[in-house]
Amino acid sequence: MAPLLTVTDVSKSYPGLPVLKEASFAVDPGEIICLLGPSGCGKTTLLRIVAGLETPDTGTVTFAGRDVHDIPVHRRNFGFMFQDYALFPHKDVAANVAFGLRMQGLPASHIAGRVQEMLSLVALDGYERRRVVELSGGEQQRVALARSLAPRPQLLMLDEPLGALDRALREQLMNELRTILKRVGVTALYVTHDQEEAFAVSDRVLIMRARPEQGEGGWIEQEGTPSEVYRHPATEYVARFLGFRNLLRGKVVPLHGDAAETLHATSLQSATPGYRVETAAGTLVAADSAGEFAAGEVVTLLVRPEAADVRQPGERGENLLPGRLISASFRGSYYLIQTEHPGGVTLICEASTTDVELPPAGGPLTLHLDPTALTLMRPEAV
Amino acid sequence: MDRRSAALGRGLLYLLPLGFLGVFFFYPLLAVVVQSFAPGGRLDLAPIANLWREPYFGRALWFTTWQATLSTAVTLALGMPAAFVFARYRFRGKTVLRALTTIPFVLPAMVVAAAFTALLGSRGWLNSLLMDWFDMARAPVRLQQTIWLVLLAHAFYNTTVVVRIVGGFWSNLDTRLSEAARVLGGNRARVFFEITLPLLLPAVAAAGLLIFLFCFTSFGVILILGGPRFATLEVEIYRQAVALFRLPEASAIALAQIVLTFVVMAIYTRAQARASLPLNLRPAAATEIPPTTPAHKVFVGLTVAGLLLFLVSPLVALALRSLAEGDDALRYFRELFVNRTNSLFYVPPGLAIRNSVFFALITTVLALAIGTLTAALMARARTLGTVLLEPLVLLPLGTSAVTLGFGYLLTMGQPPLNLRASAVLVPIAHTLVAFPFVVRTLLPVMRGINPDWREAAAVLGASPWTAWREVDLPIVGRALLVAALFAFTTSMGEFGATLLIARPEFPTMPLVIYRLLGQPGALNYGQAMAMSTLLMLVCAVAFVLIERFRVGQVGEF
Repeated sequence: MAPLLTVTDVSKSYPGLPVLKEASFAVDPGEIICLLGPSGCGKTTLLRIVAGLETPDTGTVTFAGRDVHDIPVHRRNFGFMFQDYALFPHKDVAANVAFGLRMQGLPASHIAGRVQEMLSLVALDGYERRRVVELSGGEQQRVALARSLAPRPQLLMLDEPLGALDRALREQLMNELRTILKRVGVTALYVTHDQEEAFAVSDRVLIMRARPEQGEGGWIEQEGTPSEVYRHPATEYVARFLGFRNLLRGKVVPLHGDAAETLHATSLQSATPGYRVETAAGTLVAADSAGEFAAGEVVTLLVRPEAADVRQPGERGENLLPGRLISASFRGSYYLIQTEHPGGVTLICEASTTDVELPPAGGPLTLHLDPTALTLMRPEAV
Repeated sequence: MDRRSAALGRGLLYLLPLGFLGVFFFYPLLAVVVQSFAPGGRLDLAPIANLWREPYFGRALWFTTWQATLSTAVTLALGMPAAFVFARYRFRGKTVLRALTTIPFVLPAMVVAAAFTALLGSRGWLNSLLMDWFDMARAPVRLQQTIWLVLLAHAFYNTTVVVRIVGGFWSNLDTRLSEAARVLGGNRARVFFEITLPLLLPAVAAAGLLIFLFCFTSFGVILILGGPRFATLEVEIYRQAVALFRLPEASAIALAQIVLTFVVMAIYTRAQARASLPLNLRPAAATEIPPTTPAHKVFVGLTVAGLLLFLVSPLVALALRSLAEGDDALRYFRELFVNRTNSLFYVPPGLAIRNSVFFALITTVLALAIGTLTAALMARARTLGTVLLEPLVLLPLGTSAVTLGFGYLLTMGQPPLNLRASAVLVPIAHTLVAFPFVVRTLLPVMRGINPDWREAAAVLGASPWTAWREVDLPIVGRALLVAALFAFTTSMGEFGATLLIARPEFPTMPLVIYRLLGQPGALNYGQAMAMSTLLMLVCAVAFVLIERFRVGQVGEF
């Protein structure tokens, strides 16, 4: 299947401020793609360039096989949902939703029907005559969605569409948004800085990165499905951005004898190659890595927080790390525990609240690290 | 102080400004009303009826209305592109340029009239140039005493109102609204007419009504640039009262003028209240962009150049015309101080400078004293007193200077207040004209002082006096300075009221300009230009100081 939208080597900078550096990606028809990155990485600008609201310095945007640089914004038939929605305050709900249809010159009867349809799609039947400024944040968000979907855009762009809402509402709308987008079947490009939102809404995540202090605007650092990105962050940057804090420096050690066999067995389970890694805290088996690593190679070992379960102190065996508890904080379904291990290594993990009694702070414990939650990546080149 | 004497003291404080307003504003105004309904002491509706019976009122009302409407339209047409450029583009010198657009607004009517005479009048700079170039015997540009010069002068005055009110609002308007409309398929024109313009409309209406109000009460500009053929209600009041000495008729017109002004002001206030559509306003810095494409650059460049030409050229022409030809360029300035008539009773025009400065200083002191007191009282928590005070304070704003002067003519020449012979009447009238501006400058600043600051200072060990000196004074200090400058320039340039009440032996600078412009001869003309230039410089300096010292949006309309 040929991609619907292709962005190739798009660069953009404002005087004294690099914004984008050769950003490239492609979107298939019907896909929901999320541009995920911290603020200032250029994701909104990238979206605005695709929409035609900004022009790139270099690079091309191709839609359905055609370079769109000479098509003005209002002829692209793309939808754009703005942060804070940009609802027209002097028009009521129906007039807002109808705006794009009127611009297409559709007959009034047709418009009225489509407005109805859109409002019931977002569960706002009967809201036609309401003033938009009187609506709650969540309702405004739905009106904005209805307005951008009404003209049947070929591509829908959403710029932090849930950013203005409080946490609980966001949680609820994330799922709703994905359901609606999938029901309509629209190809969507979604910008957010919130990974949970990105994971919940998108089919594929593009993680963006910028180093403006080094004169480098934003680029796509990694792309993949939400689970791929979560399980196998390609770089330390991605791992840190996703909130992983347990990154250990280590070295791949050669395998022989039993160890090789055990490792082979675990690797088969996780369907990814496994490695034995020597770290300051001891030797660990990591069985969930995306790339190939050679014996002797210096690597970064990511210990995902769900890897750990707490064992009795003194227990010995593979992937068992002796140490002591620094602090534990109760979070409901798990304890967030901070532990210290030989070689000055500290880990922050989520420990089950049901299995084992935790020792008091400062007390000894042993952590077992599940090899299938341990990932290797190449260290950041400095 | 026990509680009762404190209340008494506060009551006295209220009485001071109220007393001043009562004697010098409401009493003369009441006299105007009485004069129009009961000229001879008995109820007589003849003056009011005459408004309809005789043609002068209808003619003046018609002219006043259409010239104000047309002036407003011209000003909006010239000001809107400028407002757009100021709102949406970032370019070098923008702040300075925006400040520059305000200069005409603070210039006295006489200076503006003189400046347009200097630029476009029959002796004006443009005509001299054309006559020189094309070797013509008569001035080719004949705008003097036509409506065009009046319209241009009104637009010159009020462009800044559009730039500040519409441009200010525009710059806070979320650009994403029009972007959203663009993405939804609207082309530039449709987006402007369907989204931007409706959202701007309250601001445009507010600016338009304010301009209409200013032009509706225009006096000096009409008198000088329009000539005898044109009379606004203001001019007609003056004509009836001074030239024809028909006081009841003048009163009736003044009354009609007051009523009409208040109707427009009421509409203006309503429009401002309605302007508060709950918009998601954004900081101006977030909505402006540098002009990047050649088309944008040309548009911004042309607008800025046009604005500069329009606003600066009359002032430059004025300064140029004040210089005499030949070796002795400053001759006209020197002539101001020479008594050519050898008459014992002749007052050299230069003395008017001394009078003006003297009056302006008295005005500043009076207006600050009464204005500060009023603002301080109004800034307190809402009590019955402050609620009553507020509309009373705004009333003088809606009353024209000519009407005020006319009221003084009626009341101050006989007991109980016989001040007609006294020079003090002029600064008192000026104080009333400046008073609303002083209050409006001080009030927002005084209201903005957080009482917690004083309490924080007290908790940190400051006595009430120290707290006032450390907290209130530094904050209000700048606003006081700005208010003082406002009062000073207002007095220096005041023309309407002064024309009716000034003693011939104490003329002010605007009066001298008016007199000189009305007399034939190159010397009189040159002296008028010289005097106007001096007045312009005084106002420009005051203006620069105001811009330098004012806090935030203080002093906006």
